[in-house]
Amino acid sequence: MSDRARQACIVGIGETRYAKWGGITDASERGLACQAVAKAAADAGLAVADIDGVGSFADDRNLGVLIARDLGMRELRYAGMSWLPGGGGACGALGSAARAVEAGHAEAVVVYRSLCQGQHFRFGSAAASYGQLEKPGFHQASNLLEAEMAFSLPFGMFSAPIAYAMVMQRHMHLYGTTSEQMGAVAVATRAHAQRNARAVMHGRPMTLEDHQASRLVAEPFRLFDCCLENDGACAVIVSTAERARDLGQPVIRIAAHAEGAPGQYGWGPFLDTNGSDELYAGGGASVVAREMWKHADLSPSDVDVAQIYDHFTGLVLLVLEAFGFCEVGESGPFAASGALAWPNGALPNNTHGGSLSEAYMHGMNHINEGVRQLRGTSTSQVEDARTCLVTSAAGVPTSAALLVKD
Amino acid sequence: MTDRYFPDLMPSPGISRESLPWWEAALEGRLVVQSCTACKAERHPPAPCCNRCGSYDQGVRDTAGTGVVYTFTVVHKPLIPGMPEPYVVASIELDGTEGLRVVSNLVEIDPSEVRIGLEVEVVFEHMSEELVVPRFRPKS
Ligand SMILES: [Zn+2]
Repeated sequence: MSDRARQACIVGIGETRYAKWGGITDASERGLACQAVAKAAADAGLAVADIDGVGSFADDRNLGVLIARDLGMRELRYAGMSWLPGGGGACGALGSAARAVEAGHAEAVVVYRSLCQGQHFRFGSAAASYGQLEKPGFHQASNLLEAEMAFSLPFGMFSAPIAYAMVMQRHMHLYGTTSEQMGAVAVATRAHAQRNARAVMHGRPMTLEDHQASRLVAEPFRLFDCCLENDGACAVIVSTAERARDLGQPVIRIAAHAEGAPGQYGWGPFLDTNGSDELYAGGGASVVAREMWKHADLSPSDVDVAQIYDHFTGLVLLVLEAFGFCEVGESGPFAASGALAWPNGALPNNTHGGSLSEAYMHGMNHINEGVRQLRGTSTSQVEDARTCLVTSAAGVPTSAALLVKD
Repeated sequence: MTDRYFPDLMPSPGISRESLPWWEAALEGRLVVQSCTACKAERHPPAPCCNRCGSYDQGVRDTAGTGVVYTFTVVHKPLIPGMPEPYVVASIELDGTEGLRVVSNLVEIDPSEVRIGLEVEVVFEHMSEELVVPRFRPKS
């Protein structure tokens, strides 16, 4: 354990407005990133110039060294980029920021995500144009990812819904999980979004019947099993416990964090459907869960509220299993029991509305909501919440953090 | 061998040193898996070296071209004009291998009939004289 005074805390959170895909046209993605960082600094009571580290994940287009200059940071002492792909990296970037401040390499590190999807190709989509030739034939792969996609793209495995639908199909085959059980995840999350004015789906309630009536995208996923796509930006600032106590906000410790994947997981089922049922249909979060609990010295029953990355409803189920909130194969009935719904569920989940109903910010907004819960300022506030689990996307090498109020 | 199932604008494989032998075999109408020359360990997708013995001497081995559906999805929103709507993406566990699976498509079947465990056989789709793509259909 690190020096208690230097233990990493989240001291500030910020976000811009969230809008539908392509909905923000009066700012660049880079400009939005700056706005979110500035808001997080203001929330913390810090000057932007005092931030001395930047962290991100999954090939962020908004290069940290440029954002640092844009914002007038006095100096840069940490610049970390996580290898964790896609949405798997938000908590990993947070964890790396925590290590940096705990080791004394920086005093205040900002981790951010900015998305103006209309200004770019869709993030994380294997762009169907990738590899399209006038006449079918060979061409040289330009990087490892494209090389690996030689075994998925020519077969129309173009996007995350397709790959993870296949994972959930296997889960349904093994354990009897149903579409209605996945729907319970979406319905609980949408209900939370009705209380949150930031949510893109605020004012648009949804029932299980609505979920069941939504169109099939890639079976078993329906439209309402899939996350939104949004414009906006989101940031958190990590500093030391000592500093946190001098600043204005309640002290929220990053009590534990972990990142990684089981052996042979590679990029996960997006690119490789090999491995045991446990590996393939398990979501790949088991190692992260084990390591996080080991560092936390806490157990699932200590968690008051969770923000589980919800790119797809089914993947939330797999994370519930991996982190021990229910047995493997029991997540469907667990969700259908109402466990994830505020205020009465055993584990209120995604109290902001998540990626399904607040905004798709690659999981950075899940960290912000975790902080709000522990500050007591969520719009779906869990009473006396002291411990919040935040996870990043399962189905790829992933990460998680356990936030604890001092 | 002349049937076409998918349009020309389906993405072509981005070739690497590791994947080339697999696609060259497909061009000859052979479905192969990578096989370690030193220890015979098999894997898919192919890699530069053996994760069991560490050898960089990697070859390919022919498979029977048959297998079972390990998992699948029916995709309802094709991104490319001319694709079957809906179409099936499946992971096929190949007979006679160490349980290796390849991602491919199921053709010559009503998508609503696809089930995990379905026995299938390879069918080679000639996309052009340069590219042949292995797909699967119910075993005859
Ligand atoms: Zn070997």
